[in-house]
Amino acid sequence: MEFSYEAKDSYAEVKADGRLNMVSAPKLREFVTDVIAGGSNRIVVNLENTAFMDSSGLGALIGCLKAARQAGGDLRIAAVQPQVRMVLELTSMDKVLTAYPSAEQAFGND
Amino acid sequence: MTRFWTRLVVVLTVITGLNYIGWRWMASLNWEAWWIALPLVIAETYSLIDVMLFGMTVWRLKLRKAAPVAPADATVDVFITTYNEDLDMVMTTALAAQRIRHPHSTWILDDGARPELKALAEEHGLGYVTRSGDWTANVPRHAKAGNLNNALMVTHGEFLLILDADQIPEPDILEKTLGYFTNDKVALVQTPQYFSNVPASDPLGSQAPLFYGPIQQGKDGWNAAFFCGSNAILRREALMQLGLVGYVKETEKSIRRALAASRSAIRQARKSADVQAPLVAQVLDEVEAATVEAQRQLDDGQSLSELTYRVRRRVDSAVQTLVLADVEALQSDLEEISAMELAHVGDSGVPVVADDAVQRMSARDWSPLGALESVQAVLDALSVERNDEAQPVMPLATISVTEDMATAMRMHGMGWESVYHHEVLAYGLAPEDLQTMLTQRLRWAQGTIQVLLRENPLVQKGLKLGQRLMYFATMWTYLSGYAAVIYFAAPIIYLLLGILPVTSLSWDFFIRFIPFMVVNQILFAVAGRGIPTWRGQQYSLALFPTWIKACSTAARNVWFGRPLGFAVTPKNRQSGGPSWSLIQPQIVVAILLAVAAVVGIIRLATGLAEPLGTLVNVAWVIFDLVVMSILVRAVLYKGYEPAAEPAATERES
Repeated sequence: MEFSYEAKDSYAEVKADGRLNMVSAPKLREFVTDVIAGGSNRIVVNLENTAFMDSSGLGALIGCLKAARQAGGDLRIAAVQPQVRMVLELTSMDKVLTAYPSAEQAFGND
Repeated sequence: MTRFWTRLVVVLTVITGLNYIGWRWMASLNWEAWWIALPLVIAETYSLIDVMLFGMTVWRLKLRKAAPVAPADATVDVFITTYNEDLDMVMTTALAAQRIRHPHSTWILDDGARPELKALAEEHGLGYVTRSGDWTANVPRHAKAGNLNNALMVTHGEFLLILDADQIPEPDILEKTLGYFTNDKVALVQTPQYFSNVPASDPLGSQAPLFYGPIQQGKDGWNAAFFCGSNAILRREALMQLGLVGYVKETEKSIRRALAASRSAIRQARKSADVQAPLVAQVLDEVEAATVEAQRQLDDGQSLSELTYRVRRRVDSAVQTLVLADVEALQSDLEEISAMELAHVGDSGVPVVADDAVQRMSARDWSPLGALESVQAVLDALSVERNDEAQPVMPLATISVTEDMATAMRMHGMGWESVYHHEVLAYGLAPEDLQTMLTQRLRWAQGTIQVLLRENPLVQKGLKLGQRLMYFATMWTYLSGYAAVIYFAAPIIYLLLGILPVTSLSWDFFIRFIPFMVVNQILFAVAGRGIPTWRGQQYSLALFPTWIKACSTAARNVWFGRPLGFAVTPKNRQSGGPSWSLIQPQIVVAILLAVAAVVGIIRLATGLAEPLGTLVNVAWVIFDLVVMSILVRAVLYKGYEPAAEPAATERES
């Protein structure tokens, strides 16, 4: 699991490459918390290279969403792979998070 | 073969039971004394349903063979939950847990946040977890469920072994159970709770051989083995999934509720005095427009995070614009004043409103909306952060003080499977005095009734019919307190007043009643295969005040939000002498029964009563007294003395 982060015009893009599972989930939460503490509160988590996600990974995303909201911003997800989409639907988390086709589109309209 | 006989007796029980109760309803009711006739036949019907549910449970009795080999790479966290137990006890359990053979991490989950325990854990290389900073005074703590949910966020084992502070595990507990999880659908493996500090006579009815035996094995057959809070292994993925589903459900519910309330909140706010200021009125217009839009987006199926974000942005920017306008007006006023030189404004010339003033005055606490609590409440609820809880995701159910039952039921509802492994792999400590025991039983009963009232298994989506009935069966047994009162009242009423709830005690009665009673007892004997069930039968009747109290307090709690009066079960013996006051209602009933028997015999002797009725009712009184006599032993019980009964811990395997 590898995390990286890149500041864009109106948001910060976080990439989570590999398997986002119970072991790496707490690390994602830490990573995003640090990005938020660094001053970016509009976060896009780009999941194009996230081959697998479990419920703990999704749980971490909610934790990150909460942190971004508390900082006055938002967190969005983009480029989800089929397995991740399945987990989103299984847990009905797709009702909470919209999965955008790409990171650029995530904050496209606001 | 056992299964054949069990099923045969179940069929006979149902036939004889329906035959008896059918006759009771159709042909036996003494309508002149309907006030006792009707309650009695209802109580008897209750008992028949109880027995039928038991029959259904043991119908599918599942005797499992050993589990498949445990996968060597399965990662496990062992959680030892504690609140205020003796440090010695916690450490004994924790060190035994550390010696479990399968690779694992051992964690002490200390809800008491005791520095001494932390030091001991560090000294022995054990993990130590207390509540994170998110558990502020403003959010509910959810007792043990909260403790576990907190720990789930900071650990990452694939499986979790949960142990109460007194449950000392065997080193092979994981080796013997992890293999079941090779079936990807299995989310829970429960092992028995067995107590090592209980004499063979078990005066407090601590061991539950019927439950951790035929009942759990039967529920297992219906894929409904219960989670009992300790000595169980859970799959993290299943728990987290429950947490997520619960999060989405709660968030959606709260948003829908907030939107539904928004119209009246805004109307109310418009009526209040603050709205005289045009600023506030304009913000309210904007809030209204935002909530209307959010409702539309919700109906269109847009994601909750997005629609709440838009509401927030829209309201924030409206507030900001309006505050800015205000500040600008203020600034120009200052400039005018300064230009007219009517006031001395200091050395620096024209005073300037600080740059961050707009920001500051738009922030939640100072915003013009801050004064309009009802509107603010709507806006707060239009969020996905679940600010009323310490963490958005709560894997263990928090709807009941028996989080275990509620959690397992939700797991089953999501299609997960459970296993009951019938082998004692941990040894715990039972309460050693009546008061502690009563507190514990009350808590279990309260929790069970809470689940019944909040998430009635009969109407839960996702559960199979058999699973629904297995959960319902356990809840049903806790209603027995009301039936018990009627069973005590009926003979008293006959013996004192000569009023019989049945039209006659004739051949018709005995030929139906006796076969049912006999087959009923045979069912328990056959299903129990020789395990002692008498103690359990005694307590299910004798603790009627506890069951009634549990039902009434749980109902008040669920329907009216009153507190349960919940207490952590103390693991240490409470000091003091015999406490007869604990069983006051039972003593009163026993005296009434005894007096009634004496009066009944006198009435018989003086020709006021007939022999058969008196005989049956006196026998009934004697049975009731024998059942309740266990309470005398319970009050007098002085705690466990190991030396006296060396064989006790070897019993059962």
